[in-house]
Amino acid sequence: MNAIRDFLLPPAKSTLAEQHDTLFWFVHGSSLILTIGLIAVLIYFIYKYRRKSEDEVTPLITHNSALEVTWSVIPLILVLIVFGWGYQVFMNQQIVPDDAYEVKVTAQKWIWQFQYENGAQSTGKLHVPADRPVKLIMSSKDVIHSFFVPDYRLKQDVVPGRYTEMWFNAPEPGESIIFCTEYCGDGHSDMLGEVIVHEQDEFENWLAENAGGGSQPEDLAPEEWGEQLAQEWACTTCHSTDGSQMTGPTWQGKFGSEQTFEDGSTVTVDENYLRESILEPNAKIVEGYPAVMNTYQGQLNDDQINAIIEYIKTLK
Amino acid sequence: MDTAESSSTSKKIQVQRFKPDDNPDKHYLNEETGLWAWLTTVDHKKIGVMFLSAVTFFFFIGGIMALLVRTELWTPAKTFIEANTYNQLFTLHGAIMVFLFLVPAVPAALGNFILPLQLGAKDVAFPKLNLLSFYLYLTGAFVAIFAILNGGIDTGWTFYTPYSSTTGGAVTTMVFGVFIIGFSSILTGVNFITTIHKLRAPGLTWDKLSLFSWSLYATSIIQILATPVLAITLALIGMERILGIGIFDPAMGGDPVLFQHFFWFYSHPAVYIMIVPGFGVVSEVISTFSRKHIFGYWAIALSSLAIAFISFLVWGHHMFVSGQASLASMVFSFLTFLVGIPTGIKMFNWTATLYKGSIDIKSPLLYIFGFFFLFLVGGLTGIVLASIALDVHLHDTYYVVAHFHFVMVGGMVMALLAGVHYWWPKITGRMYNEVMAKIACGIIFVGFNVTFLPQFVMGSQGMPRRYFNYIEQFQPFHQVSTIGSYILGLGFLMVFYYLVKSLFTGKKATANPWGSRALEWQINTRPPLHNFHHIPVIINGPYDYHKPMEEFQLGLAESTGDGHGQQSDIKVTSDGKEINAE
Repeated sequence: MNAIRDFLLPPAKSTLAEQHDTLFWFVHGSSLILTIGLIAVLIYFIYKYRRKSEDEVTPLITHNSALEVTWSVIPLILVLIVFGWGYQVFMNQQIVPDDAYEVKVTAQKWIWQFQYENGAQSTGKLHVPADRPVKLIMSSKDVIHSFFVPDYRLKQDVVPGRYTEMWFNAPEPGESIIFCTEYCGDGHSDMLGEVIVHEQDEFENWLAENAGGGSQPEDLAPEEWGEQLAQEWACTTCHSTDGSQMTGPTWQGKFGSEQTFEDGSTVTVDENYLRESILEPNAKIVEGYPAVMNTYQGQLNDDQINAIIEYIKTLK
Repeated sequence: MDTAESSSTSKKIQVQRFKPDDNPDKHYLNEETGLWAWLTTVDHKKIGVMFLSAVTFFFFIGGIMALLVRTELWTPAKTFIEANTYNQLFTLHGAIMVFLFLVPAVPAALGNFILPLQLGAKDVAFPKLNLLSFYLYLTGAFVAIFAILNGGIDTGWTFYTPYSSTTGGAVTTMVFGVFIIGFSSILTGVNFITTIHKLRAPGLTWDKLSLFSWSLYATSIIQILATPVLAITLALIGMERILGIGIFDPAMGGDPVLFQHFFWFYSHPAVYIMIVPGFGVVSEVISTFSRKHIFGYWAIALSSLAIAFISFLVWGHHMFVSGQASLASMVFSFLTFLVGIPTGIKMFNWTATLYKGSIDIKSPLLYIFGFFFLFLVGGLTGIVLASIALDVHLHDTYYVVAHFHFVMVGGMVMALLAGVHYWWPKITGRMYNEVMAKIACGIIFVGFNVTFLPQFVMGSQGMPRRYFNYIEQFQPFHQVSTIGSYILGLGFLMVFYYLVKSLFTGKKATANPWGSRALEWQINTRPPLHNFHHIPVIINGPYDYHKPMEEFQLGLAESTGDGHGQQSDIKVTSDGKEINAE
């Protein structure tokens, strides 16, 4: 049994996952029985009533009310059970406990950003305390995205211009993958993230260390921090660092090179150009690339932008 | 129907029998010849044949795209194409298969050919409108191809806003193409409903109407009522992109979720436009090859109408995680389960039809058995997805991809192939290679399951759809699925090969090679240009296998008429015996 469970479903890491899985097995189990039953009857009929001679005459059987009522009512009862059960579990997924810890989620092409109560921020990695309800208040900056954690059996679209909510309670510390499940363009399948569940006191520590957010860690050089930021903020989803062709221009050898724009003008890449490209990406469009980058105005602070520029400088 | 009126207008007429010709010198293909005659024909049979050729062409285009998509997914990262190319390919695969293949395949191709024959009519009610609907289809297809070559689209076939209203490429052109194709669909629907109401032959009462005709009737209702909503929605996207009117894009004050409501208000019923005509084919084939009266005629006929009706009220089940109200989700979930009931009733009725039948597993029936298993799996996984809590996990994963391919390919394409094999002798006058047909059916069945069963597993494990890159744990499943798609492709190629070959070297078909009681088999093979040399008089139902074959040769009324009035109320006399046609 366990082997089948692990084959079909990811590990159940939220309090609601078990409720989902019970229903999942009930519906699939009864469907399997129905399928086997119906196919068995079909095969039996095909064999038993195979044509034995060309002039066979078949009896006239137009209908059978008792039989037809039976095979309408029994499935009706079954689907009503599945409906009620599914709705009940859904309501448990919907009703957020009062003491839930709130995290604000912002989605954009193609990163997940998380903001915590004390001003701490993280990108790509959602840090939460174990064994405590967590409520996500989500919004998108551009197109529709969808926040999906298979281990929690939860998914919620993240829509521009409005807030959507979801909540979960992960009893044990650990990691779970986050997928974007609403198609959002070339980087859709790279819009991954991770939920990191900490023990309560470990979480408090993490939160305290990152309060205010966005300052350079003491043990990192600016270009090393820049590299880390480029990963976290998913710059590298579109900009390669090894010269390979991706959605945006590669960073390798970019600094100091001559850049040609759509309107034919050129510029030598320097700090000011890079800064402008991060804060106003559509001011100058590089020839041959789509204008799909979002502004990072108000998201990356000056220290972070400087660090990323330092990192780009190192990519010769 | 007003019975008092009908009894006062009923009259006795004398009926003669005549036997259809097996290989007449003159038939619909040689009475008018030349390219111009084809292009300007108003003959429903030729239009049906042209539709069949066109949908086959687009099926292969869409199929090649599917194979490219599956090949790219062989490795977790880039295999041989860029992410953007991949996104365009899956978009076009979906859009072409849905709008250019699935929607017109059974109604416009087989329905056009068969419906008037089953009604005893000379043509559809509006033959010129029928031709217009073919040209609208072609025009829409050309506009769509132009869009593909001139910028491409990468929105997914669902065109979700605000992605579709902000992305580059030729979205506006593509949407315009689909808009035009929609009108082709509406006109076919109008034509069929009118034809079924007004052009039934004398004696062909509603309870003698073939179940294929009933299914086309239900389909036509959906086409007429739902397609305009798609047209309006696509027009609104066009306005948003061209004129900058904020309807769906929140940056301009619009509501992106509103688009999903509009889109699924059409596209959910559209799923039934695709599958319900397939149900009609299943009823015809099962009855013919088990030589048995269909079990629960009215249950099958009315369940098609019930499905058509309920299908308008379930669109919100595509939006359980969109942020719509929980109450709305509950209502949509409940109504979705209700669609399962008439669908289940059909499955049970078809099974019961086989009971005490005389079953001859010719290739059309073999395809139906394939349909039976695949559609059952597709339908039951639909029950899983209708349950809100389960859908929250499975929505937009490969589970959904597998589910709708089981319904659309496993159900609808298998039914289409069954129909094509069943009516092929009538359409072309030739028999195909029966052994090859059975082998191909087996290859398709195996290939299909190898392709899509692993996708259920991937989906419930959490693999999202429309992913160019994926995490490594899914690679074995993707590889099995890709191998399956090659097998599936091989199966379809084989069908294409032996069907085309039969046109040149196939055995000549007799008028009624399957011993069917249905009306289209009681005329010449191939049919004459105007179908019936005389107005047929319908005495027996299309599934009356308990009566001897001789009774099914066409009755010929002595009184003449143009065959275009509703004369189904009259009583007819057969061989001196008075029979009440009601």
